[in-house]
Amino acid sequence: MWIAVATITVIALTSGLLLSYASSRLPATSDDLVERVNGLLPQTQCAQCGFPGCRPYAAAIVAGTANINLCPPGGDDTIRRVAELLGRNVVALEEAANTDMVKSVAVIDESLCIGCLHCRNACPVDAIVGAQQLMHTIIASECTGCELCLPPCPVDCISLEIVR
Amino acid sequence: MSAAPTYDLGKLHGGLRLPGEKSVSTTGPVLQAPIPDQLVLPLTQHVGNPSQPIVGIGEHVLKGQLIADTDGSLGAPVHASSSGKIVAIEPWPVSRRHGATAPCIVIECDGQDQAIETTEIVVDYAQLDPDSLLKKILQGGIVGLGGAVFPTAQKLMQAVTAPLDYLILNGVECEPYISCDDMLMREHAHDVLRGAQILMHALSLSHCHVAVESDKPQAMIALGEALGEIADDRIVLKQVPTIYPSGGEDQLVQLVTNKEVPTGGLPTDVGCVVQNVGTAAAINRWVVHGEPLISRITTITGGGVVQPVNVHARIGTTIADIVHLAGGYTDQANQLVIGGPMTGKSISTDRVPLVKATNCVLVLVDEVPLENPRPCIRCGECAEVCPIQLLPQQLYWFSCADNETKLREFGLTDCIECGCCDLVCPSHIALTADFRMAKARMRELADEKARAKRARQRYETRNLRVLIEQEKRDEELAAQKETAREIGPEAIKAIVARARKKSPGDQDEDI
Repeated sequence: MWIAVATITVIALTSGLLLSYASSRLPATSDDLVERVNGLLPQTQCAQCGFPGCRPYAAAIVAGTANINLCPPGGDDTIRRVAELLGRNVVALEEAANTDMVKSVAVIDESLCIGCLHCRNACPVDAIVGAQQLMHTIIASECTGCELCLPPCPVDCISLEIVR
Repeated sequence: MSAAPTYDLGKLHGGLRLPGEKSVSTTGPVLQAPIPDQLVLPLTQHVGNPSQPIVGIGEHVLKGQLIADTDGSLGAPVHASSSGKIVAIEPWPVSRRHGATAPCIVIECDGQDQAIETTEIVVDYAQLDPDSLLKKILQGGIVGLGGAVFPTAQKLMQAVTAPLDYLILNGVECEPYISCDDMLMREHAHDVLRGAQILMHALSLSHCHVAVESDKPQAMIALGEALGEIADDRIVLKQVPTIYPSGGEDQLVQLVTNKEVPTGGLPTDVGCVVQNVGTAAAINRWVVHGEPLISRITTITGGGVVQPVNVHARIGTTIADIVHLAGGYTDQANQLVIGGPMTGKSISTDRVPLVKATNCVLVLVDEVPLENPRPCIRCGECAEVCPIQLLPQQLYWFSCADNETKLREFGLTDCIECGCCDLVCPSHIALTADFRMAKARMRELADEKARAKRARQRYETRNLRVLIEQEKRDEELAAQKETAREIGPEAIKAIVARARKKSPGDQDEDI
């Protein structure tokens, strides 16, 4: 009987040591994981999750401080993928202000634009070009439709147009 | 219809022997279509970017005049098919997979059919070096007439960069009902072979196979006679078995040379360039006779027309005019298809124009009602007939599950959408339509990924920029504070007092 106990103890000890060595030498760094989660997010940088962009949100998910269901543009698809990656449960999308996300791009009514630069500074992907006192415009191919340029505009000259 | 065994001459996997239905339209000679009242010429009749119109509304144009040119990217120019006045440049219904209308140039013909004075007819192409010959072909608006409508000159320019062994002229025309290439070879065999000679010169090649399906003996005889007359031993006629889809580019290469075109590759990867016989004839018409691609032979057939026939018509003639030449519609006419029964596209109006790609107008009578699909029983019939040896039953499964990785792994991108699997499926599952949709989804997903990647890069560079700007501002502020401390509070007060004296209006100013 003592032989059996000793054998098991030795096996447990060696495998324990091996595992701890492996985990210290081959770390799945949280940075790696953040990158992978970030890769699954839609990169609209819309901040609807409450974080200032997709990467901060990814970091918060990995750190465990944010739930995986806060991304309206990604929708159920993104939730499913992130859940798969992190081994968490699939949950329904958090009821946010804007739940029916359709792919859209912002359009500036250039005749109304006063050239205040507010929207340009708000754009997370630098998709608005313009200078002080001059008309601004949006690079449609780069716009993610995040709506962050809408609130700062003092003359409400920006609207969203549905793509396709 | 029965599954064909692997033919001894070629090594094509699968395929089907389909009832040809071609003889109905090959009884008489090719009809010459009259000049229509109106020509409708789409700006996009090719793979690539739309051509840009270089004529205005109200302008009078001559037959063969350049009316829309490329912007230097992938594309082919468009020429007027007859003389007349430009009356509109506007959206018009066309027969394409995407969208119902496309911008077209509409010409009201004057009936004179006056041709433009050709300034540079190259009588002896052999004196041109291959490069300038390719440039010449580019100007003729010539595209692949087998149906893919890839701009021929650009295809050749890509091809010459690879080591080449063979030019293969595709006279296979394996899809049922279509017989325009057959009639072209019968009546214009010289044009085809001369085109082959020009192509060989342009590609610096000395071997050409002209492949003709075994169900076109008359075309073979005509080509043989013409070949005897021009006595060119670089050209070899090859008869290939009548199996659908042996006319597919990669399939034909495999049949003729017994080499398999690699996944995602082109025939040039195995040293071959494939051109349709119609394209070769068009090249001859352009290079030797100075006539750009402004007309083509098209088959008008099916149970829904009175007299199935082949018509030599100007590009831009409406389908309605062409059907009229075939005696008009019968009472049973039910469905209008551009192209053959396997890969063609159903259209809803006969106002669409004949374009460079239109090899067949098929008017069907409603014979076989579509059966309701039943569940897949995994019998494997589809895998047996698939000419590229895919496993359609597996692909079907994965496309139902929207499993992109598996779809790629099982080679969905190699599917040529020939429709063989649809025909043999005992459960009547619309596999090809399903695959087409899955491919579109895959493309969409790839687009989205590329977009997300770009957005992410832009977001990161922006954050970096904002950070750098902030740091710079902080530094400046710190420097200012440092200066203030150096000169001392007394000196600052003196400066402020001096400033107030200068501008007494600014009372509110404060430090």
